[in-house]
Amino acid sequence: MKKYYFDHVATNPLHPVVLESMMPFFREEFGNPLSVYEYGMNAKNAIESARGQVAALIHAKPAEIIFTASGAEANNFALRGIALARQNEGKHVLVSRMEHHSVLNAARFLEKSGFTVTYLPVDKQGFVDPDTVKKMITKETTLISVTHASSEVGTIEPIREIVKVAKEHNIMVHTDAVATTGNIPVDVMDLGIDLLSMAAHQFYGPKGAAALYVKQGTRIVPLIYGGIQESGRRAGTENVPAIVGMGKAAEMAAAELQARIDYLMPLRDRLIDTMANVERVYLTGDRHKRLPGHASFCVEYIEGEAMLLLLAAKGILSASGSACSSKALKASPVLLSMGIPSGLAQGSIVFSLGMDNTPEDIGYLMTEFPAVIKRLREISPYAQGWGDKEEGGSCTAKK
Amino acid sequence: MKFVDNVKPDVTTDIVYMMCPMHLLKLEEQMKELEAGQILEIMTDYDGAFEDIPAWCSKTGNEFLGVQESPDFFKFYIKKGTR
Repeated sequence: MKKYYFDHVATNPLHPVVLESMMPFFREEFGNPLSVYEYGMNAKNAIESARGQVAALIHAKPAEIIFTASGAEANNFALRGIALARQNEGKHVLVSRMEHHSVLNAARFLEKSGFTVTYLPVDKQGFVDPDTVKKMITKETTLISVTHASSEVGTIEPIREIVKVAKEHNIMVHTDAVATTGNIPVDVMDLGIDLLSMAAHQFYGPKGAAALYVKQGTRIVPLIYGGIQESGRRAGTENVPAIVGMGKAAEMAAAELQARIDYLMPLRDRLIDTMANVERVYLTGDRHKRLPGHASFCVEYIEGEAMLLLLAAKGILSASGSACSSKALKASPVLLSMGIPSGLAQGSIVFSLGMDNTPEDIGYLMTEFPAVIKRLREISPYAQGWGDKEEGGSCTAKK
Repeated sequence: MKFVDNVKPDVTTDIVYMMCPMHLLKLEEQMKELEAGQILEIMTDYDGAFEDIPAWCSKTGNEFLGVQESPDFFKFYIKKGTR
């Protein structure tokens, strides 16, 4: 059966050109970048070339890019590294409720380590309000972390405005740009950001290569101790093939960015407009300020997991909430933080489109998805209304 | 160890929280850029530098001027030699 892959926020397929660029570093160019002989120098040069390509994608200087193994590592590094480096100035960190677990759990670690963390609320579209940020700043605040866009609802946050507020108080700002880098224009100079996380597999690069942008002159405590890789800030022998692939993927994303947006956005809008005609299906996140290929919904009366299974049976691969929430069969904290009732949040589904999706693929999805909803509602005990309750209070279907 | 105050550096390098042996690699890299007689300031939190930087200076013909303590890190001062 043909597979229709609509889960690009989970990961992207590796671009064949990117794979080709990586291959020599699995084979003949296997050297350790720290070695002084030719093999080592070739590997080192390849990493530095990739650093330049990645820096160019986000308008940074090459020395401001620290390669990591994942976006989660970059997020952990940013939160822990800055909070610890600045702890003599204050021990308060602001984190939005829209964050990925790699930010939220790093924040929890800081709380256990004696820091105070305030969780920024979001509105119904998932936006963090810069005025709220301003109100929650204290004299102790040293770091604010707000995602550039949540992969669950696609809303693009007002980072530039949050940075403006932060700079009035000498506070550093980190943004998790894993979902945005390579997919929309990301310019660290324009955003004014201090730290930014990104991951190669979100823009047709390989897994195992990611990066943290750290503005020049920023002190950051390492997350991984060891040798002098990454200018003594992130130890461990580099994943050379993956870093080379990340560089190539970044170069391609920079060159093709607008064409990709122009291709994906109309497909996304067709899907959103079609689903707007299906009863009791609600778009989550903002209608316009959202990732170009991202369409997320809450479907009333049915569970996300059930939709995933029936769609998968038709070859359609998608996600419900975050990958973690999906596996744990619990309502997404991100959706709950947006004020979506937990019952409705259980009916979450996310379609994230990519360059491998054709207009025909979207047509197939637009036919099959409403049919799956109809089928599930026919057998859902809740589909005929939440209102009727038996004695004892549990929800049942109308007789 | 020689402690100093008010040394006016020509170039400053901040490598606070960067791991060993970055203090030696950055030192070597920066000294190549300096003219004889110019002074480099290296800011580091690595206490092994107390031993390493003076030793590097005597080995390479540069003058170790001394160190200044700050609350979270140290400032090492090195004057470029003529050789």
